Amino acid sequence: MKLKYGLGVLIILIIIIALYGTINTESQYERIDIAGSTSVQPVAEALAQEYMKTYPKVKINVQGGGSGLGIRSVSQDIIAIGTSSKNLKTNEKGSLQEYVIGKEGIVIAVNVNNPGDDLSKEQLKDVFSGKIKNWNELGGPNAPIDVVVREDGSGTRKAFEDMVMGKNTKVRSDAIVQTSTESVKLTVKQDPNAIGYISLVHMSSDVKVVKLNGISPSLETIVDGSYKLQRPFMFLTNGEPKGAVKEFIDWCLSPEGQKIVVKEKVVPVTT
Amino acid sequence: MSRWTEEYFIEKGLLLTAISSIIIIGLIIIFIFKEGIPAIQSYGFFNFVFGMNWSPSEGQYGVFPMIIGSLGITLLSLLMAVPLGLLCAIFLAEVAPARMRKVLNPTLQTLAGIPSVVYGFFGLILLVPFMRAQFGGTGFSMFTASVILTVMILPIIVSVSEDALRSIPHEYKEASLALGATHWQTIKNVIFPAAIPGVITSVILGMGRAVGETLAIIMVAGNVVQIPGSIFDPVRALTSNIAIEMGYATGIHYNALFATGIVLIFMIIVLLIIANYLHYKKKVTIGGGYL
Repeated sequence: MKLKYGLGVLIILIIIIALYGTINTESQYERIDIAGSTSVQPVAEALAQEYMKTYPKVKINVQGGGSGLGIRSVSQDIIAIGTSSKNLKTNEKGSLQEYVIGKEGIVIAVNVNNPGDDLSKEQLKDVFSGKIKNWNELGGPNAPIDVVVREDGSGTRKAFEDMVMGKNTKVRSDAIVQTSTESVKLTVKQDPNAIGYISLVHMSSDVKVVKLNGISPSLETIVDGSYKLQRPFMFLTNGEPKGAVKEFIDWCLSPEGQKIVVKEKVVPVTT
Repeated sequence: MSRWTEEYFIEKGLLLTAISSIIIIGLIIIFIFKEGIPAIQSYGFFNFVFGMNWSPSEGQYGVFPMIIGSLGITLLSLLMAVPLGLLCAIFLAEVAPARMRKVLNPTLQTLAGIPSVVYGFFGLILLVPFMRAQFGGTGFSMFTASVILTVMILPIIVSVSEDALRSIPHEYKEASLALGATHWQTIKNVIFPAAIPGVITSVILGMGRAVGETLAIIMVAGNVVQIPGSIFDPVRALTSNIAIEMGYATGIHYNALFATGIVLIFMIIVLLIIANYLHYKKKVTIGGGYL
């Protein structure tokens, strides 16, 4: 019995050593760690995949975690590139370099059975602040409005509040908090009285898009600036980027990289 | 190796493992306090614990609504799970034929083994729309969360209570039946009272899981920081608060989340003390019944 255990332990040790060996051989690759905003994640992943195809010597690892995590980890040099879907506060900036890789729209979504499809920015503000509490005030059926928001700290929430709510108005305190774009979408899809905001990248036919001042969000309306709810997608580095990181960011900003950005429904940077 | 040295090493080895668990808990508590105390100091203890407003972007860190949220969800789920679980345990231990037990026990074990995220997803897809249709509102509520928790803690309460009921010596039952009591009278007046300490243990364990549950609650409770006006209002639990904002928190906000953890630890300690006190009290009054 004892011998058996010993043998088992030995085999496990050998496997671990073997695994370690294979991982070690990979370290001859250049490794770039990217983490941050979950909104930027799909684009960053697509960019990374395409880049690794062209430059197999580079290994790029993309993670989510939120804009705050991206900003914090990159300023602590835990990762090479942090991603953010909101503009940095002055106290967050420090020695961080910002590279806007694209712009993105925030879409106001309602349930597919909701008859309304157009709101003014003022109406939107009143709905989210709780001044308008019933759909009949907006010409809809007599039903309470269920406001769905993201959690405090989310880049999407920050961007929405900066652009719609302004400095002095707060989102109503009894709004349902969901922790990801997908769960906001799911809630809106299920609840006929719900309204929420999601990023354009995640938009699908499960929910209905609300026009803002008569303009529906699309690549064109975001490029020409007529759709107002838009925000930057940023790569952040701590200080001037060097070597592989610099090459990657340069590639992302090149026409080749921007093509991928467009494919992901993100608005390219106009240069 | 002589018998004496072998004994010595086994003894010390066991001591070491026992101590290591204490050391680990100690280190975790020290770390949480080290990270959390600065927030409580700078924001003020009373403002923190009894503050009604949690909005980190404006520097407001009051956790009182979340304490109420956590307590409310936990108590509501215990209210549903304890009677259900106890009756189920009595059925399994005393009434159910062996064949039925063979089916029910593995089913309950499976229920206990399902990961909480699956419960949460189930709740989000099925229970939330159901609650919205039945009780109005958004469907995200303290009640929805408690229903999910009830299913999650039920297996713990059933299996531990069942063991307690089963470990009552056969002589008790035989003596009661011999005195002319019916089966139900025997269960009600002899077996159940004698098993109460074990039943309380099962409730403590269930409560521990309910207070600590995070993911499933995030998905169905709505996470609104408010004192609920009714059980159909959305709430946020202390655990959810940490998990939701962890990724974004910097500076004092980060410390405030650890301070939330401190509050959670104290809440669990208080609940444990109350439960252990009941346990101890029942143990004395039942006398020889405790096993």
